[in-house]
Amino acid sequence: MQCDVCGEKDATVFLTQIVEGKMQKVNLCESCAKAKGVNDPTGFALTDLLLGLPSEKLERSVGVVKCPVCGFTQADFKKTGRLGCSECYTTFAQGLTSMLANMHKGTTHVGKAPGNRARLRELNAKMKTLQASLDEAVANEQYEKAATLRDEIRQLETELTT
Amino acid sequence: MNFSRIISHAGEWLSGDGPDRQIVVSSRIRLARNLSRTPFPGWAKRTERLHTLELIRPAVEALSEMHSAYAQNLTELTALERQVLVERHLISREHAAKGAGSAVVMNVEQTLSFMINEEDHLRMQAIRSGLQLKEAFALLDKCDTELSRNLDFAYHEDLGYLTACPTNVGTGMRASAMLHLPALVMSEHINKIINSVSKIGLAVRGLHGEGTEAMGNLFQVSNQTTLGESESQIIDRLTEVIRHIIEHEENARQQLVEKRASMLLDQIGRAYGILCHAHCMTSKEALNLLSVIKLGTDLGLFPDSARITVDELFIETQPAHLQKGAQGQKMTAEARDALRADLIRAKLKQLPEPDTSKVQSHPGTQKETHDE
Repeated sequence: MQCDVCGEKDATVFLTQIVEGKMQKVNLCESCAKAKGVNDPTGFALTDLLLGLPSEKLERSVGVVKCPVCGFTQADFKKTGRLGCSECYTTFAQGLTSMLANMHKGTTHVGKAPGNRARLRELNAKMKTLQASLDEAVANEQYEKAATLRDEIRQLETELTT
Repeated sequence: MNFSRIISHAGEWLSGDGPDRQIVVSSRIRLARNLSRTPFPGWAKRTERLHTLELIRPAVEALSEMHSAYAQNLTELTALERQVLVERHLISREHAAKGAGSAVVMNVEQTLSFMINEEDHLRMQAIRSGLQLKEAFALLDKCDTELSRNLDFAYHEDLGYLTACPTNVGTGMRASAMLHLPALVMSEHINKIINSVSKIGLAVRGLHGEGTEAMGNLFQVSNQTTLGESESQIIDRLTEVIRHIIEHEENARQQLVEKRASMLLDQIGRAYGILCHAHCMTSKEALNLLSVIKLGTDLGLFPDSARITVDELFIETQPAHLQKGAQGQKMTAEARDALRADLIRAKLKQLPEPDTSKVQSHPGTQKETHDE
């Protein structure tokens, strides 16, 4: 099997990655693998590799995705299956989203929220529906309705900021 | 409140009389909570774990439900004492293995326990006898709300409560019930039940949770997923499934009584005979035989008072519970097996022989095949 990058030497490094349920495979020879900085297959997307990203950019994306709060990396997650701190959910949001979707019944929490967060969530949900109705009213040229909705949204905005 | 005092009483859930008590031994709710922007226990440094402990332990001890609580840092307990807590389901096996910064706080009734610095900063559980998931949740929910006024729990608008393991994110809740299903095991229908339960996103596990063997015909049924359903939706779904399993177990028992009475009487009689006369018994054998006595009690072959005797033996014949009676001397497995048998014989002395008139054996109608 030949190397996918140089197309000359025999491939000795085989990478398989599953992204959103699709399998991607790359076969590399030893020198191309080294040149591309393939030392941590979890740190980058294979498509990026094939698209020919410069190797130092790759290395940066491999080494530097670190949680700003606790210093956790994706490689640590792979090792332990646990995250470093609550902020990791934001830092590694991209990778976690599809994982959570596979793991759970849904992707959005619908249960209890601590204290005032429950009220905030309610208001945010209300805001979303209002905004959708506003868009719909505008699209249907129902300007009177749109004006009322706009006023409601403004009022909700002040509620949210207080 | 010290360790030996708290442990001298059986937990409320053990002696309690909850609904569907014959088949549902206990109901448990666990909530996982973490402090926001603080490394999770598995990733935190020692000083960070100690800091977490300093924040959480006083908040838990200040709870109105915990005014006469027992609280202890795990480093102050011996390995044996921790194991006793594990056998009582008051702390997890994982928690028992933790070092500095980990602590447990529990109430005297042993219906509430709080594990600090387990896999998450705080794992709290409520345990009740019988099928009382809703009641257990109500109790715990109240504590959680009270705690959230003083502790800044990690919470995300879309993902809910954030936990060290992504499998717990959302509600952070694990609801589980311990079911005693001897007839489904005897009639070999248990695997069918386990398969269909796993298909609908619920898990069936052994006596001490994940990765443990089912002993004594005891099975834990719990929710697998925590995101996308509210706490009450999860509990309602689980309760409904448990009601189905109860029905299946009851049917299986009836079938055994009607069609395989002599096999049933034989099993109960043998269990009684061995338990009353054995001098050496492993904890697995003890659990399995006691399970049969429990079934016999449900069927009326033993007086109702046998129920509490058997339930207590379920806990007291566990290795650490036996060992703690040995005054600090390390017992060999063989010595434990002997002590276990002694304990069981002594306790079952008060138990009359099985009243076989309760189950009529009709040799002519049996469907069993005899391999002679």
